[in-house]
Amino acid sequence: MCLAIPGKIIEFDAQQPYLAVVDIVGVRRKVDLGLLQDESVHPGDWVLIHVGFAMSKISEADAADQMRLLALLGESESAMEEVQGYGLDSPPPSGKGWEFVS
Amino acid sequence: MKFVDEFRAPELIGKAAEEIRRLAGNDRHYRIMEVCGGHTHAIYRFGLKDLLPTNVELIHGPGCPVCVLPMGRIDDGLSLTASPEFIFAAFGDMMRVPGTHGSPLESKARGMDVRIVYSPADALKLARMTPEKHVVFFAIGFETTAPSTALTIARAKAEGIRNFFVFCNHVTIIPAIRAILDSPDMRLDGFVGPGHVSTVIGCRPYEWIAKTEGKPVVVSGFEPLDILQSIVMILRQLQSGEARVENQYKRVVPWEGNRAALRAMADVFELRPYFEWRGLGFISQSALKIRSAYAEWDAERRFSVPGVRVTDPKAAQCGEVLKGVLKPSQCKLFGRECTPEQPVGALMVSSEGSCAAYYNYQLHKPVTIASAVTA
Repeated sequence: MCLAIPGKIIEFDAQQPYLAVVDIVGVRRKVDLGLLQDESVHPGDWVLIHVGFAMSKISEADAADQMRLLALLGESESAMEEVQGYGLDSPPPSGKGWEFVS
Repeated sequence: MKFVDEFRAPELIGKAAEEIRRLAGNDRHYRIMEVCGGHTHAIYRFGLKDLLPTNVELIHGPGCPVCVLPMGRIDDGLSLTASPEFIFAAFGDMMRVPGTHGSPLESKARGMDVRIVYSPADALKLARMTPEKHVVFFAIGFETTAPSTALTIARAKAEGIRNFFVFCNHVTIIPAIRAILDSPDMRLDGFVGPGHVSTVIGCRPYEWIAKTEGKPVVVSGFEPLDILQSIVMILRQLQSGEARVENQYKRVVPWEGNRAALRAMADVFELRPYFEWRGLGFISQSALKIRSAYAEWDAERRFSVPGVRVTDPKAAQCGEVLKGVLKPSQCKLFGRECTPEQPVGALMVSSEGSCAAYYNYQLHKPVTIASAVTA
């Protein structure tokens, strides 16, 4: 829950302007931009994401730093699981999804 | 962009460690608290303690939301979603946290509808997808996650979704720091301030710690170099007899925080008069509840919540560890009855809890930079 995962804004959602498709380590998910409404945010910008919400705009270099940090902390897998789980609709390749394997 | 497993600027890490040794000298002992569980995790993971002189001690703070949540709240959350028309939705971190009658995961095994969500927005989505069920989102976290819950509740209201409810356990960091400073058995010289919480609240809310308590606060990033640089900045202030709030994590944390996030929180939440913290007891105005304008989405108002209070397992010394009075390994249960696989206390559950971090990294060091940079 406390992971901060960097992603790159690809495009805004046509129906819900507060949502955007964000590329996060090659996985595309809809992320809520509602908490960045005071900033001008454009496709191509990098953001730091917590629990599915973009919390701050960062530079591409900072995004790379954050990605490295997640790897160093041994959190890459949790981060990927979290990202795969956004939107409820796509179970991660490991087979562990948002729904428990019972 | 990919995950790359290399340290940033290892040569600077060695220099920062050297500077810490120079500043600390050997004529006194320094006790510095890292408030945030993410920092605790990083400190253990990277073996940063091995880089510090023995007279610079890091005390692990209360900034792990799973760890400070009293067991009674888990019991309450599970009890209100016990009947089949409910879905209990929570972040994965919550799933193995023990309640009196087991964890959410164990409740699932007994037939309760328990789901992991990675975002409060997905709990709302679950409510949209299952209109015949009541979806209760077990909200937890400091100011890093509270704005997302707030915005989700506002969206539920705007869309008129009536089967989505939030069981709110959000807490705020400043009153916890105040409680720790007021604690008679605690002597601290300075604080490594939380990184991501500060993205939201900014640096200003820490100013009283410097001004009235005379303790330096340095808001810090999470890399080894960030944390060591923050300790250098704290020691420099202490050497020159200053106490200020400084921002080492400028690349992510704006001094004023995120105003839109603060507005979302203020719109949906108000302060509870008091809230119980595991290990710290009742702290006044330390947690958030849902404002009456959003009462319809507040699980505590809509359903009857038993208000369970549970004392922690007697033998477990979570409170003392949480306040930094005991090291994790000094607890009687550590590594025996209480392990990350079979946690008794919450500090063993989350990777940000100091017991789990200590267990995983201090005992079986998988990553350490100490040897690399001090050679």
